Amino acid sequence: MQNTIKKLFKRTETYIFLILLALSVLIQVRSGQFYTPNNIVDIMSAMIVPGLFAVGAFLVILSGGIDVSFPALASLTAYATTKMFLDMGYEGNVLLPILAAILIGGILGMINGFFVGYLELPAMIVTLGTSSVFKGFMQGTLESRQLAVIPAGMKSFGTSSLFTATNTQSGLSSRLPAAFLVLVLIVLIAFLILKYTMFGRGIYAIGGNEAAAYNAGFRVKRTKFLLYVFAGVVASIAGMIRVCMMQQCHPTNMLGMEMNIIAGVVLGGTVIGGGRGTLTGCILGTLLIVLVENSMILIGVPVVWKDVFVGLLIVIGTAISAYQVTRSGRSKGNRKQTEEVA
Amino acid sequence: MTDYLLRAVEVRKYFAGVKALDGVTLEIRPGEVHCLAGENGCGKSTLIKIISGVYQRDSGTIEFDGKELTKITPISAIMNGIQVIYQDFSVFPNLTVMENLAINSQLVEKRKIVNWKNMRKIAEQAVARIDFKVDLDAQLGELSVAEKQMVAICRALMFNAKLIIMDEPTTALTKKEVKALFKVILQLKEQGISILFVSHKLDEVFEISERFTVFRSGKLIATGDTSELDNQKFTYYMTGREFEVKPFVPAKLTPEPLLEVEKLSLDGFYSDISFSVKGGEILGVTGLLDSGRTELALSLFGMRPVTGGKIKIRGKEVELKDPQTAIANKIGFVPEDRLSEGLFLDQSIGDNIAISVIDELTSRGLMDKARYQGEIDKWVKELSIATPDPGNAASTLSGGNQQRIVLAKWLACKPDVLILNGPTVGVDIGSKYDIHQILQKLAGNGMAVIIISDDLPEILENCSRVMVLKDGRMAGEFGTSEASEKMILDKMM
Amino acid sequence: MAEKLKVSFKKDSHIWRLLIIMVVWFLFMAITKGGKFYSLVNFQTMFSQFPEFGLMSLGVMVCMITGGIDLSTVGIANMTAITVALLMRNAGSESGSLGPQWFLLVFVIAILMGAVTGAFNGILVSKCKIPPILATLGTGQLFTGIGIVMTNGSAISDFPKDYAFLINNKVAGIPVQFILFAIAAAVLVFLLKKTTYGKKITLLGSSQNVARYSGLKVDWILIKTYLISGICSALGGMIMLANYNSARSDYGSNYTLQCILIVVLGGVDPDGGKESITGVLLAIFLVRALETGINRFPQISSYYISLIWGAVLLLVMVLNYFSSHNIHLFKKKA
Repeated sequence: MQNTIKKLFKRTETYIFLILLALSVLIQVRSGQFYTPNNIVDIMSAMIVPGLFAVGAFLVILSGGIDVSFPALASLTAYATTKMFLDMGYEGNVLLPILAAILIGGILGMINGFFVGYLELPAMIVTLGTSSVFKGFMQGTLESRQLAVIPAGMKSFGTSSLFTATNTQSGLSSRLPAAFLVLVLIVLIAFLILKYTMFGRGIYAIGGNEAAAYNAGFRVKRTKFLLYVFAGVVASIAGMIRVCMMQQCHPTNMLGMEMNIIAGVVLGGTVIGGGRGTLTGCILGTLLIVLVENSMILIGVPVVWKDVFVGLLIVIGTAISAYQVTRSGRSKGNRKQTEEVA
Repeated sequence: MTDYLLRAVEVRKYFAGVKALDGVTLEIRPGEVHCLAGENGCGKSTLIKIISGVYQRDSGTIEFDGKELTKITPISAIMNGIQVIYQDFSVFPNLTVMENLAINSQLVEKRKIVNWKNMRKIAEQAVARIDFKVDLDAQLGELSVAEKQMVAICRALMFNAKLIIMDEPTTALTKKEVKALFKVILQLKEQGISILFVSHKLDEVFEISERFTVFRSGKLIATGDTSELDNQKFTYYMTGREFEVKPFVPAKLTPEPLLEVEKLSLDGFYSDISFSVKGGEILGVTGLLDSGRTELALSLFGMRPVTGGKIKIRGKEVELKDPQTAIANKIGFVPEDRLSEGLFLDQSIGDNIAISVIDELTSRGLMDKARYQGEIDKWVKELSIATPDPGNAASTLSGGNQQRIVLAKWLACKPDVLILNGPTVGVDIGSKYDIHQILQKLAGNGMAVIIISDDLPEILENCSRVMVLKDGRMAGEFGTSEASEKMILDKMM
Repeated sequence: MAEKLKVSFKKDSHIWRLLIIMVVWFLFMAITKGGKFYSLVNFQTMFSQFPEFGLMSLGVMVCMITGGIDLSTVGIANMTAITVALLMRNAGSESGSLGPQWFLLVFVIAILMGAVTGAFNGILVSKCKIPPILATLGTGQLFTGIGIVMTNGSAISDFPKDYAFLINNKVAGIPVQFILFAIAAAVLVFLLKKTTYGKKITLLGSSQNVARYSGLKVDWILIKTYLISGICSALGGMIMLANYNSARSDYGSNYTLQCILIVVLGGVDPDGGKESITGVLLAIFLVRALETGINRFPQISSYYISLIWGAVLLLVMVLNYFSSHNIHLFKKKA
């Protein structure tokens, strides 16, 4: 028992969880509004898109890469799909558009996967480049502009809800979009992939020691390629859900999200450079960022302070985890091994 | 003559027209420990890669277990029972021991889905074969080097291995761990498994192997029973040179010590260490891997500032809080790991040499290109670093020449005290001899030299005194003229 | 002579590649647009436009040579511009217009702000050992956030026009923006080529650990590097302030990408250990020339520019890949 607790306190997830708890209690004490049914549902709803993005970003970072192109990829896919189905006068349900988006997202992911996996170019630079290409393609070639109307099927998916939670005191009510199930599903799939498939173990193995993974017989290039395709697919689903939930397509308002998503993943204990990190940590870290972004107003902090707090969170969070790494490296006997890991 | 497990005959391999293997032959009997030796670049790793399917041979035949192998791939080599344990063990630090052990078999079976129960069973069986006690759920990165190696050995045994190739397996092990490794090797031998043991440490070759093969410049030089071999012959086979070993005798000492330390300690690593070195002397420091020898060296260079005690340079007390103060006090340091601590591998040879004195090669605060180049040329010549152009990257040179660059970098600072941590690790015998000559000459010119090493012959031949560390404390001090390896070992263990 | 050229071509292949692209582009513009592109006014405009991101690119460059990166440049630039704008607004409202001592003062303040914010980055990277990409990502957000708080998220444009007027001026036909850029670039060239700093950061970028063992003051060199980057960014912000004649926290948001593009294009290795200021200066100019040229074709949406930049970046990376793997697209004669 004591051992379990000790082990628990070695993990970043535990700390993030405690910080989340402390933050929520603080908000509750200051505003009395945190632990209300509608606020919880609001946060769950706000988690859907960032959560999906985070899963993709997490897997890529775990393999030792990084992807900064997912917001541009998602924007392009979502815009292209929505526009296409609008022009077709499509009247069916949301499934076909989602499938189309998955297809487009997969193809765009292949571009990333080809450069990073098969040509072994640095992931950061490649995805910066593709991000720019995707954005330019959307705004230049497709001449994107805001679409105030979206196909009915997408709209009804965006507005359909699992249940509605009402705050008896304030009378405010919030609904949980059906799209939340998609997040749950994707997290579940990611979990199963990581834990029970050789592809998933390959992601860990490549992140830990790429050369050894190759020697052991993992098909490193193909694994990386498929990984970026998967990340592209997840990102495009997120993009579609965002459009459905907003009931309009604003082509550029997802751009710039990459930094906060990556920050959330890293705060959750995923090591930049790969090999270490858990899905739980990734979700908790993202939740922390979402909470700070959405709940500051509840404790009376004006919205304009949002970026300051998120920025501070990233700086302090990463500083603490960096400090932990150096300190454990300094302790006796461990020195050699941490050097090897590094 | 069919009683060989492996017969590689007249194997040739060219790289871009350059001969790497010039018709070499290697024969290994079932259940024998065979030592393959040779200097860097002699072709031994090329042959291993051909046998394990990483490279394809250009000509020659390879027979294994009675049948001829025409085309070898990494997977077919494993299927035939050939396993290689590389120096870095090819393990995953971020995965558990269990997964490290079992993942290969899962891959070989072309599984797509992971069966954890099955993996645990495989892992348990694997460690049971050599009675290796380890927590299967521990992260591999938290194990010691020796334990990692055992994991790699267990993993190799799983595929019905008939031949296990170990590439310099003892490099990072302590003496105790080497003993344990040898025990396991004998165990494997009893199970009928052949071991190809790649090493150029003579004492190990004599201790463990029954037969040996020596390559030089891609050619087979000698092969036979180890019992017929002696030190001198072995060295001659490897290098083609005869070395005359003359123990170091200090010529003239400075009257006062250049470096004195009193009751030095670093919490958790070593304590209460006192010694002094005069100019003209070479002091050896030895001890096991965890004896605190490396930390002591780092402290004297200011990398890990001491937590207690006094350091005096030329009689004046100094505080060495970072490498810059150490350098300012005329202390030079050749670190343990050339690749991660000593050399900027992808930078030029010249920059590597001049970086430690770069601030002196200036005029009015600006870089003086002519003096900079002059300094580089001087050291390249002085240490006869074999390169057509000092502008080439350091990675283009062999281990011995790289170590000369590191030496040059520190000699350029004109140190009074030169500390070398493992000065000839991974350096072939010829260069090793040359480096020893350089060190003896430096001491002869009045420098105080400290060699930290666990290579006892190196210490005995080159030092005038030796200090033995054990568990962070001084366990003994000898003049090397009256010391023997056995005396030192007794104090170390 | 031919031999020398050959050697130089091999050694500085990326610089030659940039020069060739540039020559081709200028020829193409001469054929298609002629005098419309080759006018004094057009070049003056170009030379007044690139200094803002050019300065930031120089900052990103020094960080990338050490193996790091600076994602906070735009944040620093905007925060500096906002501070200076607010300061001038308050001063200007009293006296109507600004005296010359004010121009000196605001530049001193800008340089100080760049130095402090940059040093902060440097301390996070060196002393706290945070990976540069994360540290500067966080501080970038932080600085942007501070800018938002200072302006409440809106633009500040009601400061004395004197400032924009002065910077938008020309001296002997040369835009003031370019003069400022040229001074900063000259200082950097001097630092990198003439002092020991250039060698030190290059070697440090190759391996921090070896640098530490070689007695380099690694932490201090890193702090100095991010400090230089901060100053470059702050100056970039000052020019943005003049060019836009207003300050706002989300200006220039795509400059981060553009700066990295330029630096990689210029031949700096993202993993560190390679210095190439000549290449970077060429790349800065090339990127602007490309954009200005494209703008001369009204039928091409200006949105295509980000597509083209991304594609160029990928192309250069692929070319570098081929040359480093010794794959030649065209067979060489034996």
